[in-house]
Amino acid sequence: MTKFNAWNVIKNGLNGQSYWTRQWRDPEPKSSYDVVIIGGGLHGLATAYYLAKNHNIKNVAVLEKGWIGGGNAGRNTTIVRSNYMMPGNHEFYEHSLKLWENLSHELNYNVMFSQRAHVSLFHSPGAKDSVSRIYNIMRLHGTDAELWDLKTLKKKIPHLNYHNSRFPILGAAVQKRAGNARHDAVAWGYARAADTLGVDILQNCEVTGFTRNNGNIESIQTSRGIIKGKKIGFAVAGNTSVLWQMAELGNLPIESHKLQAFVSEAVKPLLDQVVVYGVGGAHFYISQSDKGSMVFGGDLDWYKSYAQRGNLPMVQDVAEAAMAIFPSLGRIRLLRHWAGVMDMTMDGSFFICKTPISNLYLNAGWNYGGFKASPASGWYFADLIANESPHNYVQNHNLERFEKGINIDERGAGPDPKLHG
Amino acid sequence: MIRINCPYCGERDHSEFSYGGDATINYPSLDASEKEWTEAIFFRKNIKGFQFETWHHSNGCRMWLVVERSTVTHEIKSVKPCHPDLQKVVENNK
Repeated sequence: MTKFNAWNVIKNGLNGQSYWTRQWRDPEPKSSYDVVIIGGGLHGLATAYYLAKNHNIKNVAVLEKGWIGGGNAGRNTTIVRSNYMMPGNHEFYEHSLKLWENLSHELNYNVMFSQRAHVSLFHSPGAKDSVSRIYNIMRLHGTDAELWDLKTLKKKIPHLNYHNSRFPILGAAVQKRAGNARHDAVAWGYARAADTLGVDILQNCEVTGFTRNNGNIESIQTSRGIIKGKKIGFAVAGNTSVLWQMAELGNLPIESHKLQAFVSEAVKPLLDQVVVYGVGGAHFYISQSDKGSMVFGGDLDWYKSYAQRGNLPMVQDVAEAAMAIFPSLGRIRLLRHWAGVMDMTMDGSFFICKTPISNLYLNAGWNYGGFKASPASGWYFADLIANESPHNYVQNHNLERFEKGINIDERGAGPDPKLHG
Repeated sequence: MIRINCPYCGERDHSEFSYGGDATINYPSLDASEKEWTEAIFFRKNIKGFQFETWHHSNGCRMWLVVERSTVTHEIKSVKPCHPDLQKVVENNK
């Protein structure tokens, strides 16, 4: 695989771009692997990369039923932040953000990570108190966090709607190191880097069943033949329950819901930050892509679904929120909208844990937060698979936490998956 | 838009309704084990296909309904009142 560097760019520029090798191989499945990761999204690819890189486990396969980056990796609003307060979560997401900061160098692939600041508006003294508490907790743990008063906010983002008398903007909670990245590049970068270390990426390889032996999963039936794995990891958020039941493991604290995102036509530079707005039942987040499109989203569609397409009431809801906060968007045209299937969990936090089957490991339940978590998710899932015990950060991110009463509920919304947006 | 045929009001857009959740959960007795309660409160089948689920006609008659709907195609097979006695009344009035 040809490395991306100035020398190779110049050399290929003079040779008609003819010396580049393909980004990753398209291998035939081997009959067995040390580790088989099911799911070729960002989390599965990152896990395979860190297994090879951090733990020297290179006989690894990633099975993907479609093409890599074709699921939720390509169905998000690409926001990266670490403004979490619950123990376990803030360390985990902060580590993820640190990995993002060096990811382009790490992978030798430009993931276009842009630390443009994440600006979360507040509209009442109560909301200010609440967010101050969270952002103070972040500061105490060494994460950057600050509050902008109205004067600063107006200077930074002059074209918000500052004249709304029902929900006046009072200021914003800001994480400056947060931002955006290019979603496709993250999938391709991890795939290329993992492949270079010897990982087999098997696309169009759908899992259709498991063969059990002595309680373990001995082999996996796939659309490309039977594949054996000494250890098996699930990283198929959205469809976790389907695989879980295929392995005859019963129920999970997960419901699949769909979340829509929207992209507009490209316009001149308008917004330098990620802006988040949530008040009075509205939920809205927006940023501008490098191409100039406005990328934005809102709430779930509010009913359980595995369909990767959004419904119209939420289009209206998001458009109303956009107009409430960004009236200047009124005449912009929508290019596309799409929906991804989310693993919404009973407390809004994820699972990186062992399972009742001793050679099966679970990575699931990413709610709204899968994209930003990708590097750390791969890091700690690989760590769990290699070392057989969870790292301190994820020691409570397991399926037993509900019975023990140690739910990790950032919002305090209770056991209703659709409320953990 | 999903169209839900409310037995009291007729066919309406789903935006008039609020989604409840899995309609097949049976809560165990109060002295049941923690395991059983954990299972009932936190664990779900999360069916890919037809499932029974509750909807509240919150911007209509405010009655709770049991809807049999596909979570893949959103096709609806049946809509009934939640309460078994009301189901009988609706059946008898058909």
